[in-house]
Amino acid sequence: MKWTFFHKLGSPKWFYDISGRWLPWFAAASVLLLAVGSVWGLFFAPQDYQQGNSFRIIYIHVPAAFVAQSCYIMLAVAGVVSLVWRMKLADVALKCAAPIGAWMTFVALLTGAIWGKPTWGTYWVWDARLTSMLILLFLYFGVIALGQAISNRDTAAKATAVLAIVGTVNIPIIKYSVNWWNTLHQPATFKLTEKPAMPVEMWLPLLLMVLGFYALFTVSLFMRMRLEVLQREHKTRWVREALEKMS
Amino acid sequence: MSGLSEILGMGGHGVYVWSCYAITLVVLALNVVQPWLARRRLVNQEARRRRREVM
Repeated sequence: MKWTFFHKLGSPKWFYDISGRWLPWFAAASVLLLAVGSVWGLFFAPQDYQQGNSFRIIYIHVPAAFVAQSCYIMLAVAGVVSLVWRMKLADVALKCAAPIGAWMTFVALLTGAIWGKPTWGTYWVWDARLTSMLILLFLYFGVIALGQAISNRDTAAKATAVLAIVGTVNIPIIKYSVNWWNTLHQPATFKLTEKPAMPVEMWLPLLLMVLGFYALFTVSLFMRMRLEVLQREHKTRWVREALEKMS
Repeated sequence: MSGLSEILGMGGHGVYVWSCYAITLVVLALNVVQPWLARRRLVNQEARRRRREVM
């Protein structure tokens, strides 16, 4: 009895229906949040007293880095679910989230490098935070490449799940790198237990941007997963009927 | 006009800030447009296949 919800959650058709209903709302939320957040951050938030205007890069750098790390944790959770319960949808989620996570890591690294030039005087240093983020990018590449290299779908699902789970050791290293090796990257701007070390007109647009990035991540993930479900289940009747209705 | 270039110039930091925002915009758009195009391709492919089956 209690397992019916779990089975429903794993059903591709159920996911396809529910995600189709949620998608427009996430899309609208992401456009609204990102538009308001970036206009606010670019033009209305006050300058930083030390960094001047270059600090406005924070409004994309921090959200991208947040999503990059949470996406990897999601990969590992999906990996556990896929290994333990053999849930097909978990493997779909793992496969579809990996490229988005890689793009977010790329954005975090690139905006960080561009921000580094006026702030530190250099684009790149082998600082612990920067290096561990680069390792995160390679972990994403590994998950993507492994999934593509193995043609048997079940074997690919198992291998990518194991890699995703093993790679999570890097996540606490990223988080605490700024405290363990206090080199160049500044420590966390936000802590859950303390008030932000920024005035409200600086961190409120950042909050909007973080929420906007998560909403857009969900939009991209749902779109990719829906496509993957259609491709994997293309022989079933409901997919044939759904595709017929679309064309 | 000088007001506008002052805002966009951001006291010499404009080139860094705007390049970051431009790259991010392209990447975010890509992550939505790419699955959308792939979905359209799949729908068209299936439509062609159905037409062949009918004939």
